[in-house]
Amino acid sequence: MRLSNDVFILGTGESKYGELWDRSLREISVEAGLNAIESSGIRTKDLDAIYMGNSLAGMISGQENIGALMSDYAGIADEDVPTLRIEASTASGAAAVHQAFLSIKSGEYDLVMVGGVEKMTELYGTEMIDISSSILDREWEAFFGGTPAAMAALSARKYMKDFGVGKDVLAAISVNDHKNASMNPIAHFSNIISLDQAMNSTPVAEPLNLMDCAPQSDGASCIILASESYMKKEGKEGVKIAGNGISQEYFALHSRDSLYSMKSTVSASRKALDRAGISLDDVSFAEVHDSFSIYGIMALEDMGFAPRGKARDIVLSEIGLNGRIPINPSGGLKAKGFPYGATGVGQFVEAYLQLMGKAGKRQIADPEYALLHSVAGTGSTSIVHIVGGE
Amino acid sequence: MKKSGIVSYGSYIPRYRIKPDEIARVWGEDPENIKNGIYILSKSVPSPDEDVATISVEASRNAIKRGKINPSDIGAIYIGSESHPYAVKPTATIVSSAIGANFPLFAADYEFACKAGTAGIQNVKAMVDSGMIKYGMAIGSDTSQGAPGDVLEYSASAGGTAMILGNENVIAEINHTLSVTSDTPDFWRREGEPYPTHGERFTGEPAYFKHTISASRMMMESVGMKPQDYDFAVFHQPNGKFPTRAAKILGFTEKQYKDGLLTPFIGNTYSGSMMTGLSAILDIAKPGDRILAVSFGSGAGSDAFDLTVTDEIMKMDRESAPTIKRMLADVTWLDYALYAKFKKKIIFGDAIE
Amino acid sequence: MGELSRMWRETDHRYRMVGEKCGNCGKVYFPPRDICPTCHRDSIGKMNNVEMSGNGVVVSFTIVHDAPPAFSRQRPYILAIIKLDDGPTLTGQIVDTTPSEIDIGTRVRSVFRKISEDGHSGVIHYGYKFVKDQ
Repeated sequence: MRLSNDVFILGTGESKYGELWDRSLREISVEAGLNAIESSGIRTKDLDAIYMGNSLAGMISGQENIGALMSDYAGIADEDVPTLRIEASTASGAAAVHQAFLSIKSGEYDLVMVGGVEKMTELYGTEMIDISSSILDREWEAFFGGTPAAMAALSARKYMKDFGVGKDVLAAISVNDHKNASMNPIAHFSNIISLDQAMNSTPVAEPLNLMDCAPQSDGASCIILASESYMKKEGKEGVKIAGNGISQEYFALHSRDSLYSMKSTVSASRKALDRAGISLDDVSFAEVHDSFSIYGIMALEDMGFAPRGKARDIVLSEIGLNGRIPINPSGGLKAKGFPYGATGVGQFVEAYLQLMGKAGKRQIADPEYALLHSVAGTGSTSIVHIVGGE
Repeated sequence: MKKSGIVSYGSYIPRYRIKPDEIARVWGEDPENIKNGIYILSKSVPSPDEDVATISVEASRNAIKRGKINPSDIGAIYIGSESHPYAVKPTATIVSSAIGANFPLFAADYEFACKAGTAGIQNVKAMVDSGMIKYGMAIGSDTSQGAPGDVLEYSASAGGTAMILGNENVIAEINHTLSVTSDTPDFWRREGEPYPTHGERFTGEPAYFKHTISASRMMMESVGMKPQDYDFAVFHQPNGKFPTRAAKILGFTEKQYKDGLLTPFIGNTYSGSMMTGLSAILDIAKPGDRILAVSFGSGAGSDAFDLTVTDEIMKMDRESAPTIKRMLADVTWLDYALYAKFKKKIIFGDAIE
Repeated sequence: MGELSRMWRETDHRYRMVGEKCGNCGKVYFPPRDICPTCHRDSIGKMNNVEMSGNGVVVSFTIVHDAPPAFSRQRPYILAIIKLDDGPTLTGQIVDTTPSEIDIGTRVRSVFRKISEDGHSGVIHYGYKFVKDQ
């Protein structure tokens, strides 16, 4: 039985994304949380529950038990607000939103905070490459030298070969991200890059280079979700979560049917659109999980924005803020930044700002629906949300 | 009792090589002196991901493939090396798992400088003869160490050979084997030291030549053979010069020793040295061929073998595993910088490794 | 500090590429798994060990420059997805060659190599890598 009690985004808040040398895991979480509280016009002690998305704090900061830590440092240790951490690697944030959504849908809660946080810059040396490889199959990918960039590169090479696609098509994703991020004050990068720069930077895992890869960013994002009854009772304005889909696929890349299609994204996006009762044409803009440029390309094709092998027809011309389908107005994972556990929540912040007309210089004209796409690992889990509508 | 001997054999030589010219360039020496002095034209170098365990596994797999041996018929594995990856923890266990040998298995690692592999051959032969095992595998394998700038750096190389012994389908019968042993400190490496130390010219007359020549003569005397009766002779090859000189002193001709003389091309593979030379001979031997094979291990001792190739060798598809000739032809050349990286002579900081 | 039992229990799989064959549908899996994704519960107790030949073809490959600490001495290294003749597809390094020698479709065979080490005093982890099949 599907309950009719819709779920709304009441307010949002974020820390700066980037290299936050002087700020700790708990500090940026609290900052994002307080900004969201402020934006929602509520008090922290009013919350029924908190869900925290986080991927790697145990390995990077030696800190597990993130939920309890965050509620304490939010100053509500005495207020009895249940706080849990949700982990789904790079989709942890979106997974936390989904859990919060279900908790309200079930009728259990009315007002829930969803946070996402990652401190990615705490370590020096190449240790971080090993830690980030924990999102892969440790025994059968990472053990043999697989890294997130290497796995994406395996997809990229096969894609480029099978469809005769050049590096410019991949680079177009990064160029677009940087352009949009230059208008986002919290983004990791504020610089615009040229196609030529994007195509010719330092190799990371060939054919991918530095400009194909999202950076290691610190950052925290937070949203407040509320039930329809709460919204009505308090007379609040917000943005509706219209539909969602979570789908699974084989864990390791080598087990999949295709190296350049995430089945989980194909089915999660279908589910989300179905539940929202809209078609792809109704989507005003999308935030896609482009941790690597090739994943941006794959997402566009998996979700149906372009036929298979044809993303090149849109990425060079139609994904800008004024294009037919604006992609990553926030700056995306490449340029807004990629704090693993925060990213999925951060996409909701962008959707809220755009749909409320509060996105400033990067505002898209009259958007109705946003599609938010988050991926765990190399595609083992995809989470798609549709936000907006009446 | 059927005469036991070699049932199958397999070798492995890493594909990387460096020339004395390149090493001499770094140390300001005259490469022509090296080539003339020790007769080494190139030596093999292990990849950064190769060690005695990986070399032994590859050699074993080649032997198993060539002899179409069922690994569970192998009842003993002994590995001779002076560069086992662990000081304590056997290489033999790694090899046994990698080839899929049985849990009931005799196994150990041996060390007797460059003759520990041939000591293993004697060991498994005795076990086959006594009926303890059906097949036994003896491996001689090394990634030998030579200190930078030392003369050993021109010769210390990597490679190994596995010999499977039994008394069915024997391709080369071992007619007789014997050893000589004396406490002669010509070359050693103390526990914990990265590089061996050698007695320079002392390694010659009182060590290599005394033991190799004595064992060879004792062998020929005990089997009633003369040098001219052999088709092939192969000796331990610390460089290109020593085995040639020993052969000449004993009365062998170039025709008899040239096919087993590999050091000029791959350097000294230590425990793998004489056994890999024998492997090269078995690649080309015909039924009835008679072989004298004599190893030498510093410290010091020699193991001598008198072998007769049988008709069985014609039933074996010797090309079904890589021959020595093939491994000599397919090489990648290194400069000294890459060599230093491969051999871990460059010290990495904690931030990197 | 170091990794022991987690590595040790994969010895057969990594040393000899022992995978599984579903006794119900006959499909071969490597890396090994306890349940066949086609037959589900019908495969329980019927997944039988089977050794891979180790021969296969390159499906895709990359040259990794940004390497984790365990592979810093080998960088850049070639990582590939390889479709084995036995059926399964897996991830592994291609060694003893240069990137210009490798392409999608290149035939490779497995070799036994050192994969990583637990520092200077810990255990050495061995397993399969691939070389170009001559």
